[in-house]
Amino acid sequence: MMAAFEPIKTAIRSPRGGASAAVLLLVVACALFAPLIAPYAYDIQNLPGSNAEPSAAHWMGTDEFGRDLMSRIIYGARTSLTVAVTAISISVVAGLSLGAMAAYFGGWFDRTVTAVVDLTWSFPEILIALILIAIIGPGVGSVMVAVSIAYLAQFTRLTRAQIMALKNETFVEATTNLGAGHFHIIFRHLLPNALAPVIVAGMLATGDAIILEATLGFFGLGAQPPTPSWGAMMSSGTAQIFIAPWIIIFPGLAIAMTVISINLFGDALIEALDIRNRLRSV
Amino acid sequence: MVSFFLKRLLLLIPVFLAVSVVIFMIVHLVPGDPIDNLVQINSSPEQKAALAAKYGLDKPLYQQYAIWLGNALTGDLGDAIILRRPVADLIAQNIPHSLSLGALALLFSTVVGIATGALAAIYKGSWIDRTTMTLILLGSTVPSFWLGLLLIMLFAVQLGWFPVSGARSWDALILPVLTIGLGGVALVARVTRVAMMETARKDFVMMLHAKGVPPWQIELRHVLRHALLPVVTILSLRIGWILGGAVTVEFVFARPGLGSLLITSLNQRDYPVVQGALLMLAIAVMLGTLLGDIIQAAMDPRVREGIK
Repeated sequence: MMAAFEPIKTAIRSPRGGASAAVLLLVVACALFAPLIAPYAYDIQNLPGSNAEPSAAHWMGTDEFGRDLMSRIIYGARTSLTVAVTAISISVVAGLSLGAMAAYFGGWFDRTVTAVVDLTWSFPEILIALILIAIIGPGVGSVMVAVSIAYLAQFTRLTRAQIMALKNETFVEATTNLGAGHFHIIFRHLLPNALAPVIVAGMLATGDAIILEATLGFFGLGAQPPTPSWGAMMSSGTAQIFIAPWIIIFPGLAIAMTVISINLFGDALIEALDIRNRLRSV
Repeated sequence: MVSFFLKRLLLLIPVFLAVSVVIFMIVHLVPGDPIDNLVQINSSPEQKAALAAKYGLDKPLYQQYAIWLGNALTGDLGDAIILRRPVADLIAQNIPHSLSLGALALLFSTVVGIATGALAAIYKGSWIDRTTMTLILLGSTVPSFWLGLLLIMLFAVQLGWFPVSGARSWDALILPVLTIGLGGVALVARVTRVAMMETARKDFVMMLHAKGVPPWQIELRHVLRHALLPVVTILSLRIGWILGGAVTVEFVFARPGLGSLLITSLNQRDYPVVQGALLMLAIAVMLGTLLGDIIQAAMDPRVREGIK
């Protein structure tokens, strides 16, 4: 099990990987310990102090209800990370199972899975998410479902390609001859060997999912007020764009920083695991 | 080439049917009676009954789908609940705005993306390459709606060069095109750069150098030309993605268009408009992908003949 941490250590030792890991740790800490870190509560209104520019008391200024922007951004990390990580985890697990079974069993099951995956593949994630939200209605839960389905095709496709490359290897044949069952072969032998690229792709997709969540929040389809979400905060900021641009600048910076760090760390992991070719084959 | 085109067109039919089933099901899957999701507020029971009869709401679901699809294909997408107008009118009014934005953004991404990618590959390792790589990272990680808002703040609010929102004049297109474009440029530049660097290592390029062909001529006439194939492939796969960007950006810039129409009607739960806008966007993505396939086939005979 310790061997699994070696590539992560190597990634952290590279300058980019180290810096991005530090930023990611900070964001995760904000999400986990928001009440301890945030200087104010996220929903305390102070109308006389609305749209105040950044100051010693409010480092990032206040919004149109006089709420402390920095506190809202720190709490917003919770919403963004919870939605993105949960949605992508579901998507990765479902994609791994679907892709592995499709590749291993072949036949009509594979053809059906491939057809559905190819069908959704050409549609942008945002459109798939909007179709799903039209059906299940707005809200944090809906966004999670929409995001996880929007990325399902990617992981199914990637897993299928990995398993296809593995399933004719000698060790699989040997295990079959030893009398192992299908599920034993898939879950004990094929999937562990196919895992690394899918997990790294999942990590990179988490960055995209944060943007997708923020976009849906910006449309007013995600977290409903007063729950702080980075996208929704910017949406309410558009009305104050002339007088309080910080309401838009800081949440956007939070998103950009998080997503750039995820990408840089993912890249460092790809280098450390030496799997660039396996990711590109899809 | 014609047979390739027809084959691709035929392949789109099942895709279209599958997508249309999902879009049709929206009014049946959302909570509540489908009729309440379709009828205008304060309608009389007679009006409700007339609409129920029109959509065949008493018939089995597959027949309802056939009626709905038949209506949609003949241009009858129902009436908007909030705006109280035929959905087809709303769509016809909004399509030109989305088309001009999408087409310009695609053109911008392609031309600027190939140019920057090529420059980065030719001056590999120089400050041009490093700047391009940073831009690529930013372009693929910065949320487009935030970028749009930043551009509005800088160029419309602070400098006053362009209108803040709307689509009343041609210059209102510049910021939205730039906003979608940066993501597209990042994608195209990245692929161009890698493809050119890979081509530059091939034997025939070494041969050209040995023959004494001027380096700029090798880069532009031979390397770039070979590298364009993967670029076209990526572009054809991602046309829908660039069109999807238009949805977000229209909303940010309060521009008319299919994207704004969709988001507004989603927030108002105006389901006939939601269905119509989604159907048109899906068709746009499919046609975009088809266009990409055709361009790719025109450039590469192997694609045309189906050789892998």
